[in-house]
Amino acid sequence: MALLSALLVMTLVGGYGLGALGALLLGGRPAGRFITALGGGVGALAALVLGVSALAAAETMPFDWNAAYADNFLSLTFTVDRLGGVFLVVIGLVGLAVTIYGYSYTAAYTGRYSLRLLGVLINVLPLSLALQVMADNAFTFLLMWEIMSLSAYWLVLTESDQPGTVRSGVWYIAMTHLGFAALTAMFLLLAGNDLNASFAAIRAHAAVETALMRNGIFWLALVGFGSKAGIIPLHVWLPMAHPVAPSHVSALMSGVVIKMGIYGLVRVLFDLMGGGPTWWGGVVLGVGAVSALMGVLYALMEHDLKRLLAYHSVENIGIILIGIGAGLIFQSYGMFTLAALGIVGGLYHTINHASFKGLLFLAAGSVLHAAHTRNMEEMGGLIKRMPWTAAFFLIGAAAISALPPLNGFVSEWLVFQALLGGFSLPVPEAAAAMPLAVGALALTSGLAAACFVKAFGIAFLAIPRSHEAEHAHEATLSMRVGMGVLAVACIGLGLAPFVVVPWLARSVAGMAGLPTTSPTFTAGALIQTPLNFGSMSTTWLAVLLLALLGLAPLLMRWLRVEWRLRVGDTWGCGRIGQTPRMEYTATAFAEPLRRVFAELYRPTKELTIDFHPESKYFVQSIEYKSEITPVFERGLYEPLLGMVRALAFQVRRLQAGSLHLYLVYVVIVLLVLLIATRWF
Amino acid sequence: MGYVLEIAQVALALALAPGLVGLIRWLKARLQNRRGAPPWQPYFELTKLFQKEVVMSNNASWLFRFAPYLIFASTVAVVFLMPLLASPLPFDAIGDLLVVVYLLLLGTFFLALAGLDPGTAFGGMGASREMTVAAIAEPTIALAIFGLALGAGSTNLGRIVTETLADPGVVISPGHLLAFAALFIVTLAETGRLPVDNPATHLELTMIHEAMILEYSGRYLALIEWAAWLKLTIFFTLLANLFLPWGVATTLAPGDLLIAIGALVLKLAALGVVVAIVETRVAKLRLFRVPELLSVSFVLALLAVTSSFLLK
Repeated sequence: MALLSALLVMTLVGGYGLGALGALLLGGRPAGRFITALGGGVGALAALVLGVSALAAAETMPFDWNAAYADNFLSLTFTVDRLGGVFLVVIGLVGLAVTIYGYSYTAAYTGRYSLRLLGVLINVLPLSLALQVMADNAFTFLLMWEIMSLSAYWLVLTESDQPGTVRSGVWYIAMTHLGFAALTAMFLLLAGNDLNASFAAIRAHAAVETALMRNGIFWLALVGFGSKAGIIPLHVWLPMAHPVAPSHVSALMSGVVIKMGIYGLVRVLFDLMGGGPTWWGGVVLGVGAVSALMGVLYALMEHDLKRLLAYHSVENIGIILIGIGAGLIFQSYGMFTLAALGIVGGLYHTINHASFKGLLFLAAGSVLHAAHTRNMEEMGGLIKRMPWTAAFFLIGAAAISALPPLNGFVSEWLVFQALLGGFSLPVPEAAAAMPLAVGALALTSGLAAACFVKAFGIAFLAIPRSHEAEHAHEATLSMRVGMGVLAVACIGLGLAPFVVVPWLARSVAGMAGLPTTSPTFTAGALIQTPLNFGSMSTTWLAVLLLALLGLAPLLMRWLRVEWRLRVGDTWGCGRIGQTPRMEYTATAFAEPLRRVFAELYRPTKELTIDFHPESKYFVQSIEYKSEITPVFERGLYEPLLGMVRALAFQVRRLQAGSLHLYLVYVVIVLLVLLIATRWF
Repeated sequence: MGYVLEIAQVALALALAPGLVGLIRWLKARLQNRRGAPPWQPYFELTKLFQKEVVMSNNASWLFRFAPYLIFASTVAVVFLMPLLASPLPFDAIGDLLVVVYLLLLGTFFLALAGLDPGTAFGGMGASREMTVAAIAEPTIALAIFGLALGAGSTNLGRIVTETLADPGVVISPGHLLAFAALFIVTLAETGRLPVDNPATHLELTMIHEAMILEYSGRYLALIEWAAWLKLTIFFTLLANLFLPWGVATTLAPGDLLIAIGALVLKLAALGVVVAIVETRVAKLRLFRVPELLSVSFVLALLAVTSSFLLK
């Protein structure tokens, strides 16, 4: 087993290394793109197999590797455990699809952008991700975290000549470094100032910390990992950076990179800290519920397909955190089976979100590739022009809307069941939070379904709304295969929860006192919750649905139902000649919900009507403008930036341009230093 | 035997659904001093539609032709999970109340997409409104489920029925009554009844369900209409059998099953009378007032859960 995993790790590093090297040497030539994809594919497959074998391994940690440098001044330590294995599967799965997809998607970049840089980074990013979930000490973790953040930053900047890209990059790098600062402080507290301490040592050390210290660590972890995961209000970079990155990079970032925040939270709060007081769980649950609701509400108002998907990432991170928060709450009361249920739900949703959001971003990339726009109001009718992409997007849309029997439903069901278990909490205050969370989660999934009816219906159905959409073409074979990998994952993860759930339960067993619960949650093809509170089987549901889908037309044929079909014009109240202008738009589709939640959105409206000079009963043109500034930009970041700017203006007075003044500063600093060294 | 009963109860539900709608229509007509079509009129409608050719918009895609089958299949699949006549049935464990809700959402999702497919303004309008109502009704349904599950210790429908039969006192507990009221309001919203949607309207701008299916005809329309009527039957059965489970057979003895059929028909008819009376008494709400109605039902459901907590 140890040999196998060592081989796999070598293949992983070697594959990504080969891909990066190929891109570096061959650049944008077709051979370069091929080697980039080949190396990335090998690396991703190795990560996938390594993750699965770590999850399947009986008891032992399959891999340990140490590299100390200069008397342990800085040491790199790696190990593969089951929790890491879950995330290796995520990295491998999305990485594989992205690599295959990227092979021909990047062809359009030839000559316009540096394929050399893109090729290197698209291999370095997943490598740093894989090494990060294998990291076994704080230094290794932080190093990989920073490599991940920086390579993602350069990837976002790929199309730096497009308007808005650089600005989005600045937001991203600022937010991610806020997180990095918090994480460094957190690990220093956690490890007792020794960044080289192994996770095992940290585990022992964290247990004896004072309550104040542990609470400090909790808040730092929430800010540090939360800024990467995109919890509200630290999510602002997400809807900016994801849309401007190349689509396969968006898929990787939204599918995997933000999941590192989830990995970090589970690793630190459960594994290293061993759980905490109830209010930690309450905070995580609350943040999750707010992120889920706000994320989907702002997604509804978006008409930029990729920004819409980015807001849905905020929503789904929220759903994951609801599961994890519920797990923390139950754990603090010693209700370990329910705690495991919550975390398993959260982790299941992590894998699911990686697969359907990766799929949706890749499909959005195909649309962007074909119709040259991200604006949904200029799409339409794509289901006839790009049937494969449309089918893949539909699978992703149904999965993210939690429709059975696909994967999104299974994980939301688990999270729901964990929350329903809240009635057995001994404290009424904690128990009373659960129904509210149930309501928030239900509203979120209902709104998500509405949002994806909008996204699919407006972008893919009916008549094309622009010349580009009318002449859109199907994606290339490698792009279709890339999307196909994730579509199969969405279906497979939906139909086989009885395989996935026990593995996830095993991956969290042993952390924070959680027992081995894998057999509790399954019975044959059923998945069930403790005390037989609820049970269901998407497998049998799928069989039932398929049988009914097949039987209905057969029965109708047998009963000699009329089968003639005539194709004619759409009924237009007597008017002949339907144009795209008559169709419902995305804005119109979302209008009822905008009115319902007007208190939150506070849209600005501007209506300009140009009357005919002769008579005001004839209108020449009407212009309607409506804009929504998200509440966090309005209420939090704008004042914050204003303050920083005002402060900077004050500081600028120091810089008068006079050499004499600068010499005085030097003297003052020197004096202060001299006095300081004398005294301390 | 259990499996035979499953299929029998699905056949029964499919057979009863048009009659239930016909009964409501006939009663409404009588209450409004009209003669009205006989209660069995919907059966004639179905037969007629199945004999008509389909006219399809030239803008529509394969989704438009696939959606009716999926809507029908997902609605029928729900009936397999329900304790219509007896409890527990063999399929009870493969889907609980949450599965029922999301299977129905699956149908709504594809119905709304099919509404957008022909590219008419009416279809888009209906789809947009349908999804709005469905989304804001969702939290109430989830909380009502929570309330029911609290009492019975399970989200599986069969378990809820047997637990309630074993402990009848639960039925008059405040939590149970409040959850019933909440779910009743949601039933009106989800099945397109007044005051949320008017099933009899001829004015396109005020309708929701009818606007979405405007482009459908022939066998497709028959399937969609049948599924919609079945959905009404499903919600009525949820109200009847989860809150007042008497009559549901706990054994598979023929006598018990006959009583169960009689009880089901009676309960459905009684709810039909209530809905007919409600529909003659209230006017349709403006679309933007519907959220207020649904927030009332949400508060009721929240109170239901809270009171179950406190009185536990």
